[in-house]
Amino acid sequence: MELLNALVALTNYVIIPATSYGAQLALGALGVTLIYAVLRFSNFAHGDTMAFGTGVVILVTWGLQALGVSLGPLPVALLALPVGIAATALLLLGTDRVVYRYYRGIRAAPVVLVMVSVGVMFIMNALTRFLIGVDQIDFADGERFIISARTWNQMTGMREPLTLRTTQVITVVTAALVVVALFWFLNRTRTGKSMRAFSDNEDLALLSGIDPDRVVRVTWIITAALATVAGTLYGLDKSFKAFTYFQIVLPIFASAIVGGIGNPVGAIAGGFIISFSEVGLTYAWKKVAGYLIPGWQPDGLLQLLSTDYKFAVSFVILLLVLIFRPTGIFRGKVV
Amino acid sequence: MKKILMASAAVALCASAATAEDIKLGVLLGFTGPLESLAGPMALGAEMAMKEVSDSGALLDGSTVTPVRGDSTCVDSAAATAAAETLVTSDGVKGIMGAMCSGATTAVLQNVGMPNGVVMISPSATSPALSTLDDGGFFFRTAPSDARQGEVMADEIMEKGISSVAVTYTNNDYGKGLADSFQSAFEAAGGTVTISASHEDGKGDYSAEVGALASAGGDALVLVGYVDQGGSGVLRGALDSGAFYTFVFPDGMVSQALEDNFGSELDGSFGQLPDSEGEGMATYLGMAEEGGFDGSSAYSGGAYDSAALMMLAMQAAGSTDPKVYKDKIMEIANGPGEKIYPGELAKGLELLQAGTAIDYDGATAIELIGEGEAAGTFREIEFVDGEITTVRYR
Repeated sequence: MELLNALVALTNYVIIPATSYGAQLALGALGVTLIYAVLRFSNFAHGDTMAFGTGVVILVTWGLQALGVSLGPLPVALLALPVGIAATALLLLGTDRVVYRYYRGIRAAPVVLVMVSVGVMFIMNALTRFLIGVDQIDFADGERFIISARTWNQMTGMREPLTLRTTQVITVVTAALVVVALFWFLNRTRTGKSMRAFSDNEDLALLSGIDPDRVVRVTWIITAALATVAGTLYGLDKSFKAFTYFQIVLPIFASAIVGGIGNPVGAIAGGFIISFSEVGLTYAWKKVAGYLIPGWQPDGLLQLLSTDYKFAVSFVILLLVLIFRPTGIFRGKVV
Repeated sequence: MKKILMASAAVALCASAATAEDIKLGVLLGFTGPLESLAGPMALGAEMAMKEVSDSGALLDGSTVTPVRGDSTCVDSAAATAAAETLVTSDGVKGIMGAMCSGATTAVLQNVGMPNGVVMISPSATSPALSTLDDGGFFFRTAPSDARQGEVMADEIMEKGISSVAVTYTNNDYGKGLADSFQSAFEAAGGTVTISASHEDGKGDYSAEVGALASAGGDALVLVGYVDQGGSGVLRGALDSGAFYTFVFPDGMVSQALEDNFGSELDGSFGQLPDSEGEGMATYLGMAEEGGFDGSSAYSGGAYDSAALMMLAMQAAGSTDPKVYKDKIMEIANGPGEKIYPGELAKGLELLQAGTAIDYDGATAIELIGEGEAAGTFREIEFVDGEITTVRYR
């Protein structure tokens, strides 16, 4: 029983939250890594692209809710996703046309493109605020819990509560579906293969007749889809606020680089590594230890790091990886 | 020629008004920044007091009072200092109603208020650090120190029979100050604080914070945060994961938004905020409604009182010089003498003119203690059927 309590506490406060957070990071990191692989620069505007996509999704969700549309236990926002993706894709294609194409044309150094993306980030930032405002918005509807703390306690009579939110399950399931679809696309379709060829060797790809403009367009559209899905899942799970998407860029980049930037498998692994270390290293193990070792009630909290240092964890992992294995765990590419 | 005559006549008019003394008072609040929604009703409250005094013509043989606004931004101390500098040196204000947030107030006081000898009365700076700051007698506040709120909160929790709590606070002057004062008061009363962990505002994910708080345990969670910031994020996480069922909310959390977003999930949770009841507040609310703004907005009544205190002290001292009238402020606020409520400033001025002592009670039942800060009355609230209900005042 004590062992079970320890397990439940660990699941409730570490495993479940870290898994859904990891899935959100992984989706974000996939978008960053894709841009890096094909267009060869770190896109700092990715967090705000997520915010913009989510903003559109929220507007459409409100419209649908006003029309009385309901998905039963699932949030209506899922229905609004395609519209959000389309709007974000248009925005990204427009940005590419107006901004990035010029720098690609003059073959600007990657660092110049990075700075350009910072500028784009600020503009998208403002655009999102104009679109939806700066306030915190809760747009999740439908059933909140699959297992709520109270029903769990009534069901099992255990001391430790366990909760599983609908949005957490939706996050993990959607992320899995998106990842499968992306890998299928990259490995099985003609367009996907041409993207990989373009990524591996641009000149050779051009010689073999691949249309570079088409590759770039498809990349932006996929990125828009990934960003909107990631942003919406994050917003559903934690509520939307334009500012938080700007902050999530750091852990997203950490995930992409730790896994190996430019490598999609690495992005997914990186997302989970970052989320589990953030939550696990700052978790106070007092309760779990108390259950596991009978008769021992530790005085301290058994907390490795105070939660203040949550973001420092991403930084430290990033540093360690860059020092000892600069290409990342799954051998990404470094321009 | 005609134009020149007109112009000189206008100049002469202005000049004569100035000799009858047109007193300028600074209204230094965070008109932009994280508390911008509160700044409006506060400024309007202070300006209403100034208009009341000007219209009465009873201040120092018919002097008028003109407000000059400055933006203290709340978060940017340098900007607040610059704004105060402008008020003092170029506008020549005789006193400053402000600043708004504790950090900005400290900066303005040290860099502008004290060096220039200008009286500052803040309606809303609550950091305990301001109590011990050596202010040369130039600084007062009509808001209670958070040290006091910490004691009230500790008493309240003890009375509910809760003896062990976890604390989380927003990582700034306000959060840290209140969390620390609460912890020392609670431990002195025999309670246990299992953990006191900070949280950053503006993050999306608070699962790590909630995990640590839950593991430390406790019968209730004291949430020293902002309702439209991280405070709600931690609350959501703690409720959803079943980590805590009882919460204690200080002033930053008690608001309509809390009731709207959480409602009956919080039944049994409780809290408190600086607030006052009684004749003064009721009158003030009515006056504000006539003036077209919401007088119940936080610290609006305090702003009216801050401005009123300065003007009454000028009358009592017979001088607009801050170095002179600063010594009268405590006397006016604490009495003894005839009680003066909002809307009765003219009466107060006339009584002072006649040499009768007054005790300014104002909108917030002002009683200054220590170095010149409000003793503070607190409204104790509890969630019943998803609604914030007032238990009592203390």
